[in-house]
Amino acid sequence: MSATTQQPSTDRPNTTPPATGTPAAKRRMPDRTTLRRLGALSRAELTLLVRNRSALFGALLMPLLMVGFLLTLGDTLGLGDGNLSVAAVIGTSAIGMVLLMAVYSTLIPAYVGRREERVLKRLRTGEATDAEILTGTAVPAVLLALIQCAVLIGVGSAHPSLSAPVRPDLLVVGVVLGMLMMVLMAIVTSAFTRTVESAQITALPLFLIAMMTSGMITQLDTLPDAMADIFRIMPFTPVMDLVRAGWLDAGGGDVTRALLLAIAWTALAGYAVRRWFRWDPRQ
Amino acid sequence: MTEHVIEVTGLRRRYGGGGSAAGAKKKGTGIAGAALGRKRGGDDGKGFEAVRGLDFSVRRGEVFALLGTNGAGKTSTVEVLEGLAAPTAGTVSVLGMDPLTDRAAVRPRIGIMLQEGGFPSDLTVTETARMWSGCVSEPRPIQEALEMVDMEDRASTRVKMLSGGERRRLDLAMALLGYPEVLFLDEPTTGLDPEARQQTWALIRRLRDSGTSIMLTTHYLDEAEKLADRLAIMHEGRIVHAGTPAEVTAQQPSRITFRLPAGVAPAHLPVTLRAAEYVDRIEIRTQNLQDDLAELLLWARQNGVALDQLNARTASLEEAFLDIARQQPQYEGAL
Repeated sequence: MSATTQQPSTDRPNTTPPATGTPAAKRRMPDRTTLRRLGALSRAELTLLVRNRSALFGALLMPLLMVGFLLTLGDTLGLGDGNLSVAAVIGTSAIGMVLLMAVYSTLIPAYVGRREERVLKRLRTGEATDAEILTGTAVPAVLLALIQCAVLIGVGSAHPSLSAPVRPDLLVVGVVLGMLMMVLMAIVTSAFTRTVESAQITALPLFLIAMMTSGMITQLDTLPDAMADIFRIMPFTPVMDLVRAGWLDAGGGDVTRALLLAIAWTALAGYAVRRWFRWDPRQ
Repeated sequence: MTEHVIEVTGLRRRYGGGGSAAGAKKKGTGIAGAALGRKRGGDDGKGFEAVRGLDFSVRRGEVFALLGTNGAGKTSTVEVLEGLAAPTAGTVSVLGMDPLTDRAAVRPRIGIMLQEGGFPSDLTVTETARMWSGCVSEPRPIQEALEMVDMEDRASTRVKMLSGGERRRLDLAMALLGYPEVLFLDEPTTGLDPEARQQTWALIRRLRDSGTSIMLTTHYLDEAEKLADRLAIMHEGRIVHAGTPAEVTAQQPSRITFRLPAGVAPAHLPVTLRAAEYVDRIEIRTQNLQDDLAELLLWARQNGVALDQLNARTASLEEAFLDIARQQPQYEGAL
């Protein structure tokens, strides 16, 4: 940029068409532009995830441990008081763990970090839309989680006391809705999180509620009816109900109700994002 | 007929009672803190009006500078022009469109450098540029953008290892990636060393010469004086002076200051000189420095008066600015 060196041109090169295309031409390819922006944003986010060791452990290690459990455990433990085998509980719960660890717990510090470094604020001055910016941050974690779910289902299907998913459609719906819900919940939680470090604490409420109420550690069938009824309407339970119904055909509940509940919680999370999310740093 | 790339009519911007946006924006320096305290005192629960009725326009191909003390409302104004915030009242148009509702059409044609933008600290300069480039419709080659701000030798450095000035230059390079027709620069040279500042000025002139319209905010007077084709000085949410640097300067009086020896009352001065007495000095504000100075000196010689610390200053942008800054303690006292 010094005056003595060759000056880079400040004009658009003549070979490229002018920026001001007709509105019609612009409207024809919003999908490709969106994909290109998402690609650029998520590539940067993946680089950051790989460079952040603790985030990477959270996203990969815990779910891998669950796979280990699944491979080494037989039906020897007396965990299954209900009508499900231990492998069935662990297999489906592992999917829940992936959603909670690799998506929810990984994304909270990611959103907080980008916000506090004013990256979100800076990105908002560009061409990317708000939705693209928020989605771009989530893509690497979601892809890692999807791969892990696929591995879990693959390994689980090969397990002697498990089978391949009975209703793959329901399983996919459950996983996809769960991903979406966890991303939105992470965005909302980030709004109430001051620093990257405090994300470990702000993640706990939803994490613990999900663990306790969704049948991941205690089968809902074994609980008193009143308690089970309350647990069934908690945010993460319908997701797990769908996963269990899809894999084992044993959700122990009404699939339609679970589906509607999962959609309602996801929509509520979406509303909460609109209501509470903040782009400006809190510090 | 001159084409206007930015038009602002009756712009007002008020922050809500919580004042979180204003608070977050202004906690940079001590001066800002003081200004904020003063404004908080007067906001009586109805929030704080940072911009109080602005009218101005920016022509295609010019550098327009918005000057003002910290807290004058510069950034609050620019945020509306950039489509980052809605005006409370009034209208703004950028390239003939509403920057907020026509955001998708406006953004590809403008470049924005925030006062405090950010990039992930764990990415390198090139990775940052690649991310940004992927979000631009028709990006300039990354190498070229980095060369423009003299950062090509820092390409593989992580952002967290860059100096404050280098981060500003990276920020500027990202604003230039999309070949902007209109460039918004919010205090672009803050934190730059003198050489980097000169280079940035040279770059801004080159961009202007190639047809880019530039909206610049700054609190450096020399920056505005050297770069701006036209400028406006803001104070407490209003434009108090506007025009070319020469016009704004011409609106200002020149000043003669001196001390009278004990026993000589200011009343003895020639009445044609509009003298005002301050604690430590006599001050004459004049539109005609040469004649008034001659008259003063003649009077002093004829009456045998020695004028201690005699100082005559021609009007300058700095005078205009200092004039505004001087008023601030009075406002504070009034509250």
